[in-house]
Amino acid sequence: MRFMLLMIPKGYETAAPGTVPDDAVRVEEMMKFNESLQKAGVLLALDGLHPPSMGARVSFAGGKARVTDGPFPEAKEVVGGYWMIQVGSRAEAIEWASRCPATDDEVIEVRQVQEVADFPEDVQQIAGDLPDLQRRVGQRD
Amino acid sequence: MRVMVIKKECRDSEPAAKPTKEMLAAFGKFHEELVKAGVVLASERLHPGSEAIQMRFSGGKGTVIDGPFAETKELVAGFWLWQVGSMEEAVEWLKRAPFEEGAELELRQVYEMPALGG
Amino acid sequence: MASTDIQRTIDAVWRIESARLIAALARIVRDVGLAEDLAQDALVAALERWPETGVPDNPGAWLMTTARHRAIDHLRRRRRFAERQAEIGRDLEVRRDLATDEVEAALDDDIGDDLLRLMFTACHPVLATEARVALTLRLLGGLTTDEIARAFLVPEATLAQRIVRAKRTLAEARVPFEVPRGGERAQRLASVLEVVYLIFNEGYLATAGSDWLRPALCEEALRLGRVLAGLAPDEPEVHGLVALMELQASRARARVGPGGVPVLLLEQDRSRWDRLLIRRGLAALARAEALGGALGPYALQAAIAACHARALTAAETDWARIAALYDALAQLAPSPVVELNRAVAVGMAFGPAAGLEVADALTAEPALRSYHLLPSVRGDLLAKLGRLAEARTEFERAAGLTRNAQEQALLLDRAAACARGERPRR
Repeated sequence: MRFMLLMIPKGYETAAPGTVPDDAVRVEEMMKFNESLQKAGVLLALDGLHPPSMGARVSFAGGKARVTDGPFPEAKEVVGGYWMIQVGSRAEAIEWASRCPATDDEVIEVRQVQEVADFPEDVQQIAGDLPDLQRRVGQRD
Repeated sequence: MRVMVIKKECRDSEPAAKPTKEMLAAFGKFHEELVKAGVVLASERLHPGSEAIQMRFSGGKGTVIDGPFAETKELVAGFWLWQVGSMEEAVEWLKRAPFEEGAELELRQVYEMPALGG
Repeated sequence: MASTDIQRTIDAVWRIESARLIAALARIVRDVGLAEDLAQDALVAALERWPETGVPDNPGAWLMTTARHRAIDHLRRRRRFAERQAEIGRDLEVRRDLATDEVEAALDDDIGDDLLRLMFTACHPVLATEARVALTLRLLGGLTTDEIARAFLVPEATLAQRIVRAKRTLAEARVPFEVPRGGERAQRLASVLEVVYLIFNEGYLATAGSDWLRPALCEEALRLGRVLAGLAPDEPEVHGLVALMELQASRARARVGPGGVPVLLLEQDRSRWDRLLIRRGLAALARAEALGGALGPYALQAAIAACHARALTAAETDWARIAALYDALAQLAPSPVVELNRAVAVGMAFGPAAGLEVADALTAEPALRSYHLLPSVRGDLLAKLGRLAEARTEFERAAGLTRNAQEQALLLDRAAACARGERPRR
């Protein structure tokens, strides 16, 4: 089973462009956590995200796309980074999440990732072609 | 550079309208175009936010907090990871996506781990 | 952020559309150089009009329509000329291509084939390698002459000339705009893959602190490889090359340590390896193998990289498998460097004596005479066998052959350790 661990740091929604983690101790702890995930063979991917002030939003209305640049004042919380892990159970995912050296100002949201077999049937029929395509072009196991 | 394209769950109290076969087919075709352009690094959908678990941390220990979570919370429904030359390129691609009425996407630049020597 | 900046948006649209545009035009006018000129004309028109009108809803179609008008003008002039030259056959072709409906339909149906034709043409063996590289980045990458010049550390004027001459060579040699078939295909495909891998390596070897365009070549090569995998999904070596690039790129952030010191693969911090790229690389390799291409040279190199990628720590590396893969590679695409790598793998898998046997056979190899890694590898194997005096000589010889100050220091350290009677730990 695959899970996303979404890191939601309080206040990141208003972070200025170019904000980087500057607490060396904290960075070191995070890297140790990442390493532990990797050594256990559960780590599938991880990334940090630049703040919304460096991002954009696209909304679709009336058949047209409307683009707005960040930051977004109404956002109460935003994703700051993620891990994707492969584990045997939800409980295992929660266990790993609990080991993250997160601070009191951070929340981690644990979300299961859908496999094609999880999709409703009609979506499967169409979405089913996608993994095939990706497999054909060599981009998916 | 990498861009994460995050699709938000519908915020209305009503569940989102079930996508039609035509919409799914159009979306599949669009995604195929992106894959063939060498842009897509990853593409995932998540289980609904109603199944989400949240953890808070105190004194280095994480504990699960019970839902329901704040209504204003914007939940992630799925995401892409794209490899593009610029944010503008990501926006241009996304503008062509046949998303349903009311769909909301957020684009975020991915932090590139710096080479230590750099 | 400047997502509404019109110039950057046009640049982005160009990056998305230019290859397809040039490919479609090339099929109409049957001249890659002319196709590019027509596409550039359309870009100029866009740069003039869009700041006022805004970016059109379908920018690709706008560019194609604009370019097609110019193509038609050009073909009319050419037909008048051809009529005077009585080139009847060519004239019929030209008349057919002008049919608007056909052009529109062709845009949708054949664009994949057209892109493939463009790739094969840009990498045609009649061109020198550096010309193929420049033309590929220009026509398929949408890079400007300046960007390509900076990426390859040559003056812009030189690069511009290179591209002009390349187009002229293709036109004079009357290279047909087509996907090669039959006996020719394998060799022509190998040429395309060679160009893509060259671009990748140029980016991979770029040092930190160089112009950002240089490491960006890795991303561009990866993208071209993935595009090719979509256009020719049944070619195993295409997937093999993509796998190799994804796996090599996965290590990019671990290759260099503090102060710019290169870090050997076995000593790299594996938590800095990009696991998304590793997964993608393994998937591409599986695809190559499923197509029966396990013994292709790129697939073999990718399989070796995959062995390293699968090992969560250096100690878990499957050296026996790596040695077997180098065996296969040595038979398929033998080279002194492959043989040297095989010596290392054999040494790790079957003990230093076995590895030394392989390495010793290379001491007479002229190609490796000034290659510092040969004495370096021999030194390591000798030290593990306890033959410290000989090992020291080899390390000192290696230090003398390398011009890299950090490597020199490392090798002299090892020589000194031998002098002190210290055997290596592993």
